[in-house]
Amino acid sequence: MTTVAHAPPQAHDAPMSFWRKYIFSTDHKIIGIQFLFVSLFFLFVGGLLAMQIRWQVGFPGKPMPGGGILPESMVVNGVILPEYYIQLVTMHGTFMVFFAIMPLLVGVYANFLIPLKIGTHDMAFPRINMWSFWLALLAGLIMTAGFFVPEGTSRAGWTMYTPLSARPDLSGATVGQMLWCVSIVVLGLSSVMGSVNYITTIINHRAPGMTWFRMPLSVWALFITAILAVLALPVLQGAAIMLLFDQTLGTHFFDPVAGGQALLWQHLFWFFGHPEVYILILPAMGMVSDIIANGSRKPIFGYHSMVFAIVGIAFLGWLVWGHHMFMSGMNPTLGSTFMVSTLLIAVPSAIKVFNWLGTMWRGNLRFHVPMLNAVAFVSMFTIGGLSGIFMAATPVDIPIHDTYFIVAHLHYVLFGGSLFALFAAIPFWYPKMFGRMMDERLGKIHFWLTFVTYNLVFFPMHVIGMGGQMRRLYDPTVYDFLKPQQPLNEFITISAFALFAVQFIFMFNFLWSLKKGKKAPQNPWDDNGLEWSLPNPAPHGNWERVPNVYRGPYEFSAPEAGSSDFLPQHVKLSTDKEPAGRLER
Amino acid sequence: MKGRLFGLVGGVFLLTVCSKGATPRPANESDASTPPAAATDESSTTQQGGGATITGRIKFTGTAPRNRPIDMSEEAACKAKYTTNPPAEETVVTGPANALANVFVYIREGLPASAKYPAPATPVVLDQDGCRYKPHVLGIMVGQGLEIRNSDPVLHNIKAVAKKNRPFNVSQPTAGMKTTRTFSAPEVMVNLECNVHGWMTAFVGVRPDPFYAVTGPDGSFTINGLPPGTYTIEAWHERFGTQTATVTVTGTESKTANFTFAAR
Amino acid sequence: MSWWLPPAASTFAGPIDGLFLAILIITGIALVVVEVGLVTFVVRYRARPGRKAFYTHGSTRAEVIWTAIPAVTMVALGLVSNHYWVIMKSKNSVPANAYHVGVHAKQFEWRTTYPGADGQLGTGDDFTVRNQLHIPVGQPIAVELTSEDVIHSFFVPEFRVKQDAVPGMHITAWFQATKTGEYEIGCAELCGMGHYKMRARVFVHTPEEFNAWMAGAQQAAGGSE
Repeated sequence: MTTVAHAPPQAHDAPMSFWRKYIFSTDHKIIGIQFLFVSLFFLFVGGLLAMQIRWQVGFPGKPMPGGGILPESMVVNGVILPEYYIQLVTMHGTFMVFFAIMPLLVGVYANFLIPLKIGTHDMAFPRINMWSFWLALLAGLIMTAGFFVPEGTSRAGWTMYTPLSARPDLSGATVGQMLWCVSIVVLGLSSVMGSVNYITTIINHRAPGMTWFRMPLSVWALFITAILAVLALPVLQGAAIMLLFDQTLGTHFFDPVAGGQALLWQHLFWFFGHPEVYILILPAMGMVSDIIANGSRKPIFGYHSMVFAIVGIAFLGWLVWGHHMFMSGMNPTLGSTFMVSTLLIAVPSAIKVFNWLGTMWRGNLRFHVPMLNAVAFVSMFTIGGLSGIFMAATPVDIPIHDTYFIVAHLHYVLFGGSLFALFAAIPFWYPKMFGRMMDERLGKIHFWLTFVTYNLVFFPMHVIGMGGQMRRLYDPTVYDFLKPQQPLNEFITISAFALFAVQFIFMFNFLWSLKKGKKAPQNPWDDNGLEWSLPNPAPHGNWERVPNVYRGPYEFSAPEAGSSDFLPQHVKLSTDKEPAGRLER
Repeated sequence: MKGRLFGLVGGVFLLTVCSKGATPRPANESDASTPPAAATDESSTTQQGGGATITGRIKFTGTAPRNRPIDMSEEAACKAKYTTNPPAEETVVTGPANALANVFVYIREGLPASAKYPAPATPVVLDQDGCRYKPHVLGIMVGQGLEIRNSDPVLHNIKAVAKKNRPFNVSQPTAGMKTTRTFSAPEVMVNLECNVHGWMTAFVGVRPDPFYAVTGPDGSFTINGLPPGTYTIEAWHERFGTQTATVTVTGTESKTANFTFAAR
Repeated sequence: MSWWLPPAASTFAGPIDGLFLAILIITGIALVVVEVGLVTFVVRYRARPGRKAFYTHGSTRAEVIWTAIPAVTMVALGLVSNHYWVIMKSKNSVPANAYHVGVHAKQFEWRTTYPGADGQLGTGDDFTVRNQLHIPVGQPIAVELTSEDVIHSFFVPEFRVKQDAVPGMHITAWFQATKTGEYEIGCAELCGMGHYKMRARVFVHTPEEFNAWMAGAQQAAGGSE
């Protein structure tokens, strides 16, 4: 095992050119930071697309402010065209899922945290890791290029249902549809490369004493997520390649006119897609667990059941894809089966929520910005989880399937869940990345304004959805039964603009603190993780000699700690024994 | 690695350039009253033009099928535009004395292969009014702008079904919208359809030369400015198919070519 | 505007709305428990100088309780839901006395085909109407759904009916309207740029009105061919 990762520690003292150090870096921390900048950019782009969607839904047919800068194939006299609108909804979903939330959680934090938290010098395969980033960026650029080709980008929704996505004569887009498939294939490659790395690193490179059940829940979650990704993404890649063949080579996998099966795509897509949903939430749950334990100054409540809940959610996640297809014409008996597995997933999810509550119970709660966002995560994820039960119950799903109710649900999970978790994780590990703290006051202002406006945007969507408003409608006022709801749509739109505006506070705080933030002390959050045994930012190669681990990650307020209310994993007490199996590397 | 990165950037740039070329800006919008198939007038100015004229009258025999009425009750804004006569399909439009309208007449063969005719700057206008295409059959030159207008306050999409030209599918959600498209290859006919209103169809004859016409309600057509030569002219009707005739013209003479379709 | 589900106009609305309410109550209780607990803890256990958190790694008993309660609730909910699901969607659930109407979806229209005088679809006297579905009240209606091009979804909010129309598949969806009047059919699956305009109307008639409409429509359809 003589790879670069385990090269003698003097490697990190050697001077490196700017390009080697920051651009074509094999250092897991730099790669994580690269992912951070790129995916925050795509998060912003996704938000920009969402604003245009909201303008059109709130004020259909009215000229959009600033719409004049867009070409006439998208916007005419300031009015968004229907074909541009469906490109907007397609790309909002695509960018947010594949290029913002997924790389933010997995690309950034799996890369950055795994070696630091398990105590190793770098990833098992640093060069594959570097490729994983560059392929993800390439995929993002290919996807973005779709906007600049004739007829614009893909128009079939982010779920790319066939045969609409397979037939240019029906969708009106040719090159854009192909670019979507190519981009997804490249992204899948990136994701698999990253995931094999995370899995291998966690299995083989844990520090002495870092047993499986001494791993922080964030690492557990990222480990399980990586397993999901390595199994799920190839399914999507395969499906995307088949779709690309349908579009280019004249195959008919998904086109019933020539003997294909329209529903085959949905099975393949959701067989990937539902594990993907958990790829988008499990790392968030893991990091929130770390932060809530830290903020509560208490061990996580029921650590083992938290681990089993992650594994349980991940396992059940493979058995529920059909609940996206209750109305699709799939055999209704299958619907019954998928309903049961879907309802069962509520159980491990409930365990997690109650255990977070248990962690806070009788704690000594410190409300730093990460903790505020983590508590908001628990609160909002609960709403998102509970609203899922409505759609899991098949008869109730009938009226609300494919309406704004599902839009509300998925945003409560992905924004209220994943994004709040990221608003917790980014300031929490910011000092470890950049050596400075993000501004606490701006962080709190951003948190409260986001929390309020976010709920004003997404909670009313439940009502709109119950009223029957279908998804992806360019102009809901075409329907008489939706006209009375239009004032609420306008309200949502105005709130969405406020929500978007508030994010500039975060953007400012993030960028300003890079240069002007307060210098971070070595362990700013009084945390137990191994990463805080290093200076901020952590040097290339991390440790000269990896630390020994003596205990689990959540020994806050342990009696042995004496007057201190935390006890880091690497601190040796007189009663601790040296871990077995230390190899000098 | 660097080279790869630059290649990527270059690729994206190239795509940007392509997109600009493929989304044409509206051409000259000043002349809104250009009648379709008016291209004949301009041909006299081209080098290859001549002074000969072919005229004719198109009739049908038998009983013309009745055009089916269109039920526009689910599109109130369009239905309101028909106060006297209820709208009907335009598959077979006839005039007095068995005259057949909406026949596209063009020179199929006989023009010198080297002849090049510049496309006029004024676009051909296709209006969507009362959930109908006006006109129903039109001719256009390769490279000439087709200005598609929406005079209805409802969504129309314009889907061009073509074999030799690049198909397109664009939409106009509000009244007053204009889109200009051009065709790059001769094709008889490019079909236009609106998928929101299944009855809406139009036919566009795309020609490399200005020698074509569409018959009016009296069934007559005139193609003038032809150089001397022997021509195969074809008459196309959406229901009754095509017929051809061979005509030889010299100098500034005027010849007649009549066609008679059998109604079926 | 309404802050609840749309007005009910079919036999499915009763059970679906009831189940919706039941889930709302169950999830409402869960939500209140979690959020009240969260707010209480946030206020009560906020950091105070000199105090230390209670050191515990959990309680098996508490975890068993909050695992068992959701598990039992979910299984019960699944059983009740499945009972109604089978009635509404199962392939054998279409009542024998149902009136069959063909609904063919295409970009961006609904074409409804009526069986004509012989009451049989697929015979010569069938006739097709664009974007209008006329049905009698109080009789089960079986909609024979097909699609011309892409996936569409037949959705009538007041009837609590939704079923995708998939090209290459023939899917039967049934319902029974309980109130006469005029309703809207919407397309609930993105089907292209005109998705939002894919709207049709449903007219629920009394049987007499329906027969009168049928006679008139048959004549109009027959006369045009």
